[in-house]
Amino acid sequence: MEVMVILVPLALMLGLLGLAAFLWSLKSGQYEDLDGAAWRAISDDDQTPRPPAKEPA
Amino acid sequence: MLMTRDFSHYVKDVDPQIAHLDLAVEGVSCAGCMAKIERGLSAIPDVTLARVNLTDRRLAVEWKKGALEPALFIDRLAELGYKAYPYEPVRAEVEEAERSKFLLRCLGVAAFATMNVMMLSVPVWVGGDLSPEARDFFHWLSALVVLPCAAYAGQPFFQSAWRALKAKSVNMDVPITIGVVLALGMSLVETIHHAEHTYFDAAIMLITFLLAGRFLDQKMRQRTRAVAGNLAALKAETATKFVGSDEISEVPIAAVRAGDIVLLRPGERCAVDGSVVEGRSEIDQSLITGETLYVKAERGTQVYAGTLNISGTLRVRVAAAAEGTLLAEITRLLDHALQARSRYVQLADRASQYYAPVVHATALLTTIGWVLAGASWHDAIVIGIAVLIITCPCALGLAIPAVQTVASGAMFRAGVLLNAGDAIERAAAVDTIVFDKTGTLTLPELDVVNGAGVPDDVFQLAGRLALASHHPVAAAVARAAQAKAPLPGVTEEPGRGVRALFEGEELRLGSPAFCGADVEANAILSADPEVSVVAFSRGGQHTVFAVRQLLRPDAARTIDALVNRGISVELLSGDREPAVRHAADALGVSAWRAGVTPAEKIAHIEALKSQGRVVMMVGDGMNDAPSLAAAHVSMSPISATHLSQATADLVFLGKELAPVLAAVDYSRKAMAVMRQNLALAIGYNVLAVPIAIAGLATPLIAALAMSGSSILVMLNAMRARRVRLGGASWK
Repeated sequence: MEVMVILVPLALMLGLLGLAAFLWSLKSGQYEDLDGAAWRAISDDDQTPRPPAKEPA
Repeated sequence: MLMTRDFSHYVKDVDPQIAHLDLAVEGVSCAGCMAKIERGLSAIPDVTLARVNLTDRRLAVEWKKGALEPALFIDRLAELGYKAYPYEPVRAEVEEAERSKFLLRCLGVAAFATMNVMMLSVPVWVGGDLSPEARDFFHWLSALVVLPCAAYAGQPFFQSAWRALKAKSVNMDVPITIGVVLALGMSLVETIHHAEHTYFDAAIMLITFLLAGRFLDQKMRQRTRAVAGNLAALKAETATKFVGSDEISEVPIAAVRAGDIVLLRPGERCAVDGSVVEGRSEIDQSLITGETLYVKAERGTQVYAGTLNISGTLRVRVAAAAEGTLLAEITRLLDHALQARSRYVQLADRASQYYAPVVHATALLTTIGWVLAGASWHDAIVIGIAVLIITCPCALGLAIPAVQTVASGAMFRAGVLLNAGDAIERAAAVDTIVFDKTGTLTLPELDVVNGAGVPDDVFQLAGRLALASHHPVAAAVARAAQAKAPLPGVTEEPGRGVRALFEGEELRLGSPAFCGADVEANAILSADPEVSVVAFSRGGQHTVFAVRQLLRPDAARTIDALVNRGISVELLSGDREPAVRHAADALGVSAWRAGVTPAEKIAHIEALKSQGRVVMMVGDGMNDAPSLAAAHVSMSPISATHLSQATADLVFLGKELAPVLAAVDYSRKAMAVMRQNLALAIGYNVLAVPIAIAGLATPLIAALAMSGSSILVMLNAMRARRVRLGGASWK
């Protein structure tokens, strides 16, 4: 049972890490074009335009 | 005159070195287009970014400031085969995008908490040899995870409930908020007192499911708004503005101010309200008034946005949208009609109006009942909370948004865009459809009706000559002949026609008098006074083309199908009687009226409504906008004026009338599925509530019942995608 004291918070930590990753990807606009993202993955075009750095005002 | 194109109005500065432009692009449908456009634009020197958004069909371009003209990108896209237009998101669209992002963030937080709390609460439910200390530890950890997450992720509900209470009304979010807050508060008290069970998991799971419903609802609105916004941008008019005494510049309408002078050439659609300061011409006002005969325009004549300039070049002084303009008059009628309609209550709100008080009363009565029966206050309140949670409109919250999302996607594929969130509910109830004629039942463009009798080579030649003219009748000839190559050396004689030398002979295309074909033209006109004529002469040979607005190819079939569904169809047009009679006869519509003014249209629709009919109005003109607003539900073709499109609940694409039928069919199907979903949600409550009232609902049962009913409702919603149409289903 004592091992729980370490494992449970550890599991929560990992969960938080996942949440942080999700929030970061949302903020950086990765959910804005899901149709396009699906196709970009299999496109053999090696030009990769950088994603928009900032939201234009 | 010098001619430039100025789109600087749309260019934004990202930082001091980089300029940014958003373009709506037509025809982007696949990964190939995406790669082609991005490669094509990135190849231009000084372009730092070209990125296509395939979901919204938009393109973002950034370049070194000052190095390039924005018009260059539009030209480059045209070379690649795509029509593009600078795009500026409207405020509503930006807000919708922000809101959907916020909901997704809340959903992420809530889902994280739900998943992790399950890990902590399953051992507690299962029990076994868990020591009281370990149980307390789990409860405290649950509180630590759930309380901040619920505080953040519950915001959409808390805010909405607070707004409703401040306005002294009740909506669905009030019982949700009370249930969640009570459950969390009670759980915290239980944790402090080392009790056996807490409700943290149930509360956060409830928030997660409800957020999923909200997000779907929001996504539907955002998607249709984005596509509709693109279409608006693609057909956004430009005006040719004088920037000096004889220097002109093509600018977007958004950059035209009152007092500016704009140039209106033959064949151009006027984009402003104003008065003519120079020139003579004829004006086609059919989009505004439904009248197909031309009106004379000279110095001092008022012209309106949406009218078509026919023969001469005009200079127009732009007027402010002052009182007394046609637009002001129509806007007034529109406001009036919209106010009358805003009383309509959506199905979800209607359901919650009845639902919320029943839930509160049940929970309260349960608690009181248990106290009277001798239970302790503590136990009675715990059971009361269980009732609140188990009845929380989880399935009810998903029942309607899920169906709306599925149905809106299916309707989009059938060529129908939803402008209003409740358009589906409104359209499902329709039993009478009133059609406008010009531009709605007929195609917006003119077409040649006697092309079959004309020799092929003559037709081709006339078509090639017609390419040089802006005149709408000539354009119809060019389209019908499918002419591609314009003739060289064409001279235009304003108000009369065009001529050119071809293989040593003079070709003429224009008015019958200009071509010397009066006799032939009069013969056609006396047989059918409704058509417009254009003559073509080569040497001594004359050909006269008869041109008219054709009915949409499937208009008769669609109206037939509507009648088969028990819908009565009427035709209401501002056009003259013979033209309307002709269309009504061709379509087999017996109820029709011609020469109707906007106010009369509204009066007619009100009369139908007072007879208890549920009316759908389908129209495209500016004069239809008020009656579109007055009807229970309204629909416009995408070729309609901006005002009509903005007023319509539904907008349809393409040349066919079939989307009107699709809108009715899909709405009826979606409405049926929504009702089933409500019945499912209520049926679940009928089963679950007695268990909760009896005090038998453990958190595990509550959680399972809640997720089970939600998943059932979601699966059922998927069925709104398919509609049967007399054996054949819509794609």
